[in-house]
Amino acid sequence: MAKPKEIANKPERLTGGHRLCAGCGAPINVRQVMSVCPGPAVVSVSTGCLEVSTTIYPYTAWKDSMIHSAFENAGATISGVETAYNSLKKQGKIKDDMYFVAFGGDGGTYDIGLQSLSGAVERGHNFVYVCYDNGAYMNTGFQRSSATPYGAWTTTSPVGKESAGKQQNRKDLTAILVAHDIPYAATASPHNFKDLMNKAEKAFATPGPAFINVISPCPRGWRTPGDQTIALAKEAVQSCYWPLYEVENGKYKINYKPKGAKKTPVADWLKKQGRFAHLFKPGNEAVLADIQDYIDRKWEELLKKEECL
Amino acid sequence: MARKAITGNGAIALALKQVEPDVMAAYPITPQTEIAQNYAQFVANGDVVTEYIAVESEHSAMSAAIGSAAAGARTITATSSQGFALMWEMLFIAASLRLPITMPVITRALSGPINIHCDHSDSMGGRDCGWIQLYGEDAQEGYDNAIQAFRIAEHMDVRLPVMTMIDGFIISGAIGPVETLDDEQVKEFVGDYVAVNALLNVEKPVTVGAFDSLGGWYFEHKIAQNRAMENAMDVIEEVGREFGELFGREYAHFKTHEIEGADIVLVAIGSAAGNVKTMVDTLRGEGKKVGVLKVRTFRPFPTEQIREALSGAKVIGVMDRSDSFGAQGGPLFTEISSALYEAETQPQIYNFIYGLGGRDLFPDDIRGAVEMLEKAAAGETLAQQRHYLNVREG
Repeated sequence: MAKPKEIANKPERLTGGHRLCAGCGAPINVRQVMSVCPGPAVVSVSTGCLEVSTTIYPYTAWKDSMIHSAFENAGATISGVETAYNSLKKQGKIKDDMYFVAFGGDGGTYDIGLQSLSGAVERGHNFVYVCYDNGAYMNTGFQRSSATPYGAWTTTSPVGKESAGKQQNRKDLTAILVAHDIPYAATASPHNFKDLMNKAEKAFATPGPAFINVISPCPRGWRTPGDQTIALAKEAVQSCYWPLYEVENGKYKINYKPKGAKKTPVADWLKKQGRFAHLFKPGNEAVLADIQDYIDRKWEELLKKEECL
Repeated sequence: MARKAITGNGAIALALKQVEPDVMAAYPITPQTEIAQNYAQFVANGDVVTEYIAVESEHSAMSAAIGSAAAGARTITATSSQGFALMWEMLFIAASLRLPITMPVITRALSGPINIHCDHSDSMGGRDCGWIQLYGEDAQEGYDNAIQAFRIAEHMDVRLPVMTMIDGFIISGAIGPVETLDDEQVKEFVGDYVAVNALLNVEKPVTVGAFDSLGGWYFEHKIAQNRAMENAMDVIEEVGREFGELFGREYAHFKTHEIEGADIVLVAIGSAAGNVKTMVDTLRGEGKKVGVLKVRTFRPFPTEQIREALSGAKVIGVMDRSDSFGAQGGPLFTEISSALYEAETQPQIYNFIYGLGGRDLFPDDIRGAVEMLEKAAAGETLAQQRHYLNVREG
C-alpha cells in the first residue's frame, strides 16, 4: 500500500463543497476508497444521500465521471458502463485503462438494489461495489432497512407501547455476497483508514467483481454528535457489532480480533446513540441482552469460518 | 439485397446484427425471446463485435443500457409486455438523459390475467415516457423501422431513444417475405456512432443524472426534451424519405389507402392495418366509399398532418388494440379526436377496440364496424362512441 502521506497529497476525487451533513461517514469512506483507485474511474451511485448531496445540478463534487440513474440499479448501471468499456476497448476505440466503482447506501444495496447487485456479481463484471451502511433509509428521513439493527428506533420501526424499535436482526449482506463466490469481499470501517484503503486497493486489483461493506455512521439518523463519527465507527468494530474481515476467493481472514476486555460490551456503544435511548429505560433489559447474544453468536460464527474456510 | 422467408423476430434480429451495435443488454420474455436468443447466437458465433449482457431482469436491461449508452457505446435492448412494464421507470430516465438507445418492442398484453398474446397495452402504456414510437404493420416494416431507428435516435437534433413495435406472435412469430439489405448497405445507411458527453472520455469527465432540486432546472429539462420530440417529427420523415430513395421503400408518419373521396375512414395501427386494408378493397369493390389511414409514428404524434388527411371524411372509426380504463376511448382514439378538435369541419368519430389479449379480428368484425359507421354517415348518431369487436355477449 502507498504511504498514507503520499495518498493524502494526491488530488481529491470527491471535492469539498458538497452538501453532505457535517460528520457524515459517507464522504469519508468515498474519499478513502477513491484515493487508492489506480486510474481514471467511472462511478455509479444509487439514489440516496451521497448522490443528491454531491451532484446538485449544475454542480458536481466528482472529479471522475459519475452516473446516477435510479435507486435500485447501481449494479446494473455500472455493468452497462463496464461492458461498453470492454466493447470499445476491444474495438480499439478506447486506449486508457479505467476502473469501475459503484456506491450504494444500505437501502440501495441490502434492499431495493440487491437483485441488481447480485446479477452484476454473478455475471462477473470487473467492478468494485462499496456499500456505505448507515443502517437505515437516512435520505428519506430515517426509515428502517434490512440493515437496521435489532432494537433501533427509526420512523418505520418506531418505539411505542407495543414496540421497542426494530423487531428483527440485520441481514448479513456480506455473507450473501460471499455466497456468490465473489473473488473479493470485505467489511471495513473509516476509523481504520489503513485497513479500508488496503481493502480498496485489493478490490481494485481484483479481476472481476469485488465488494466492500463499510460502516458509515450517520449523526442525524443515529442521533449522535457529528464529531463522534470516527469514534463510533471504532467502537462498532471493538464491540464486534461490525467485525473487520475479508474473504479472498472463499478464504476468510479476520483483520481485527479484540480479546478479553478489549471486546467492549455493545451496550456501551448503543448508549451513545439516541436511536437506542429507549433500550436503557426499565423493561428493555431483555432486548439489550438479545442484542449482545446475537453479536456474540455472529462473532463466534465468524471465528469458526476463519478457522474452517 | 435479398428476399427471405423469415419471422418478424428473425427479421429484426437480422437488422440489429447488420447494424452491429457495441452493446446489447437483454432478458428473455415471450414473444420477444427469439430476438434475445438470436442475437446471443450471433455473439457466440463471432459474427458481431457486440458485447452481450444477459441481465437478470428487464429493469436491469434498461439500467445497463443506460449505463452503456451514457458510457459512449451504441446500445440496444428488446422487450415485450411485463418486461416493458418492469423497465418503465428506467424508460423515462433513458429519455431524460437523452440517450439514443433503440429497442424493438414485440407487443403483448399486460397482466392480469396473465396473457402472452398480442395487444398494445405494453407500448401504449409507455406512450408518454419520452421515447419515440414507431409502429410496424409487418415483418418488413419491423426490419426497416429497426434500422431507421438508429438514424432517428442518434440525430443531433433529436438524441432520444426510439422503440419500434411489431405485433407479438401475429408478426413476430409468423414467417413472411422480407426484402433484406446487404450488411454494407445497412452500415453505410446507419453510419458511425458519435457519442456525446461520454462517461468513458477521460479527458472530460462528466456527471450524468445529477440531482435537480427545487429551484433547479427540471422544468427546463423537460421542455428541452419536448423540443427534441418536435425536432424528431422532421427527422423521422427525412430518414424515411432517404431510406425510400436508397432502397425503394419510403416511410412517412402514416400511410393512407383509398382515402381520396372516402366518406368513412378507419384509422389503424400495427398488423390490423393490413386486415383493414384488405376489407377496404372488398368494400370499395361493393361501391362503398371507405379508406384507411395506418399510423406509423405515434410519438411524436403527427397531429397536423393527420388532421389534414382526415379532413374530407364524414365519419372516422379509430381501431385501438388497447383500452384506456376510464378514458373516453383507447389511446389512438383520444389522440385522433384531439387532432380533429381544430379541424374546420369535424367528422363524427367512433372507437373500435379489438384484439385484446390476442383475440382475433375477423374480416366480418371490420365489416360490422363499417356498417355501424355507414349509419353514422347517413346522419344517425350512434348510441355509443366506444365499441368492442368480437367479444362474447353478457
